[in-house]
Amino acid sequence: MYELYIKLFEYFNIPTILAQISWPVFPFVGVATTLVIVVIFLVLLERKLLALLTVRKGPNRVGPNGFFQTFADAIKLLFKEDIMATNTNKILFTIAPIVFFAPVMVIYGLVPFSGNLLAINAAAGLFLILGITSISTIGIILSGWASNNKYSLLGGIRGAAQAISYEIPLVLAAVGICVLAGSMNLPTIVQGQSGGIVNNLFFNWNIFSWNIWPAALGLVVFFICSLAEINRIPFDLPEAESELVSGYNTEYSGMKFALFFLAEYAALFIICVLISVLFLGGYLSPFNDYLSLLIFKNFINNQIILNLLVNIEQIAWLMLKTYFLIFVIMWIRATLPRLRADQLMNFSWKFLLPLSLLNLFIVAIYRFLFPL
Amino acid sequence: MQTETKQMRINVGPQHPSTHGVLRLLVDLEGEVIKNIEPIIGYLHRGMEKLAESRTYYQYLPMVDRVDYLSSFFNLASFCYAVESIAEIKVPKRAEYIRVITMELNRISSHLLWLGTFLLDLGATSPLFYTFRDREKLLSLFEELAGARLLYNFYCFGGVKQDFPPYWLNKVKKLCEELPDLFNEYEAIITKNPIFMERTKDVGILTKEVALDYGITGPNLRASGVETDLRKEPGYSVYNEFNFDVCTRENGDCYDRYLIRLDEMRQSIDIVLQAIEKLPGGPPDKLFVKRTNCGCGEENCKYCGVDTLLTEKKVNLVNFKPPKGEATSLIEAPRGITSCYVVSDGSKNPYRVRWRTPSFSNVQVLPELAKGSLYSDLMAIFGSLDVVLPEVDR
Repeated sequence: MYELYIKLFEYFNIPTILAQISWPVFPFVGVATTLVIVVIFLVLLERKLLALLTVRKGPNRVGPNGFFQTFADAIKLLFKEDIMATNTNKILFTIAPIVFFAPVMVIYGLVPFSGNLLAINAAAGLFLILGITSISTIGIILSGWASNNKYSLLGGIRGAAQAISYEIPLVLAAVGICVLAGSMNLPTIVQGQSGGIVNNLFFNWNIFSWNIWPAALGLVVFFICSLAEINRIPFDLPEAESELVSGYNTEYSGMKFALFFLAEYAALFIICVLISVLFLGGYLSPFNDYLSLLIFKNFINNQIILNLLVNIEQIAWLMLKTYFLIFVIMWIRATLPRLRADQLMNFSWKFLLPLSLLNLFIVAIYRFLFPL
Repeated sequence: MQTETKQMRINVGPQHPSTHGVLRLLVDLEGEVIKNIEPIIGYLHRGMEKLAESRTYYQYLPMVDRVDYLSSFFNLASFCYAVESIAEIKVPKRAEYIRVITMELNRISSHLLWLGTFLLDLGATSPLFYTFRDREKLLSLFEELAGARLLYNFYCFGGVKQDFPPYWLNKVKKLCEELPDLFNEYEAIITKNPIFMERTKDVGILTKEVALDYGITGPNLRASGVETDLRKEPGYSVYNEFNFDVCTRENGDCYDRYLIRLDEMRQSIDIVLQAIEKLPGGPPDKLFVKRTNCGCGEENCKYCGVDTLLTEKKVNLVNFKPPKGEATSLIEAPRGITSCYVVSDGSKNPYRVRWRTPSFSNVQVLPELAKGSLYSDLMAIFGSLDVVLPEVDR
């Protein structure tokens, strides 16, 4: 795509430096639109799914089957008065949602959605993602402090403590993947999961070479830690509704609240994408070849169209895996109560951390026995 | 540089998602640890006791429902039994049975609501919807019976106002057969849930001594290992005609308080089924046929005697004047012992009405249980005590 874009500039005799400067606009716009669409859909999905699990109907008034409910909510939030209490720290109060939201948006650009659909191919993409996610925590602390509300402050403190203690097992689980793939580059990690184990019968299917097999423990640790990272039940202590009213975002309303809301759901989506990229073979199909190739390669000879079809299929596979994970997370939300702060810490330091180290050990032995 | 930790004083309530009404808790926190806690009540005071003095007995009767809106039948029964014992009105057996059936169903609906909100306090959202789904069935039965879903005003001095609607008992029977399965459904999702057990086991332990000192009654006391149930001992109304167990638990923590309420709901179903079986005169549709056919006029006839009436003698609504005297009634309500003390000076209005409600004690014991525990535990403890605020303030 980038080459094509530069060629376009050369064709019209425009200096290519302009192309280089203006190129990042496209990924940015792409990421922003994906994010908003994803979130709007996710909110509706969650409400419908929770309704299904809790014998209700869910939104069903706005549009067909309540399909436009989220749009209505978004419009409401946009037009709402932006209330700031008198004793809030005005600057920090405004910055906090942005600090919370921006890192999530950056991650959208770093994750490969298909073979060619990747905004920024960073050499150490995984490392960058893990680094950037921790910035979000600062947003939580800032909002808790700036609100000048005791509930918010408690929520902020809880958020910080939680993020610090769950970051470590999360990173250790991710290190296991780096060991398996021998790289921190996300496309390389995905490609490393293709090929199967033995080259006969159906054992050459991709599903057998996904990282989930050697790093099953890693998946468990990573999954639980990411639940804590995105503040979902049972780890939603920073915004524990029954204790802290609404936690760090108690004082927020209007568009600032919408930004928190947006970031939360965006993070939910992207963390599921990340889990499927790291453990479930990302955009790879579980079979040895892409279905679209098998079906269409006999009567479509155009390589570009075939490539396009493969890319679409890759996105479909990724979405399938992602939405399965999202479904599991929502299912957990409907099932489990909330943990207590000290239990949360115990669980992380006494259970998840040893488990992630064990995972690292197993993965290292696996890589030692079957080198790349 | 010197650093010091300052305690944070936080106002939980009167508007807070999990204070179940308008209770205000002044909590001193050190980090997440509760150092001191002070419940401040009175935001829902409606002057229930004083209002009685300017109303006749029958005018006061509908207001009694509002003392605890989740267990209306028990308040009604409490007031009615007190007035009946002053006026020496005998309640026919059929009316007693109707009271028992409605009260036990009310106990189930009250416990169901508690179960949902307790789990909501712990952060689990879906049990609320499941319990409300089942409570809805009970409420629509009550609606069919008394015309209201929450505040029934169904009892009157000397009995009940109406008989069961036709085929109402069949519906109750059917529901009573369904309910145990539904309770099993809750148990499957809650009882063995590791997070739920972590949150509730050994949390907010209420020892026998403390419970007795604070005057805790009902399920909370029984969860601490004290076997006391007014239905069994001394046994009011017709409860001594039924077989049921007094459920007790040993530890007195939140988990036991949860289990005991589930057990009680099961026992209530048993009682209701037995009462339907033994109901003097049988279901109302049959009773009608028999009564027209019998007409023997004997005192203890199974079909046309006093036992099958709804009220022994009609009381004049406007001019009801019980003789001078005072009486106290003790009723085993879902939350504990509800007691009503009525003094009559022989006029149309009661001279004094005093309510003793279980939730009041349950709130007062909260500092004892929550001190030194974590802030998150406060909600678990408070939720498990089953406090209904209008009952605290009256």
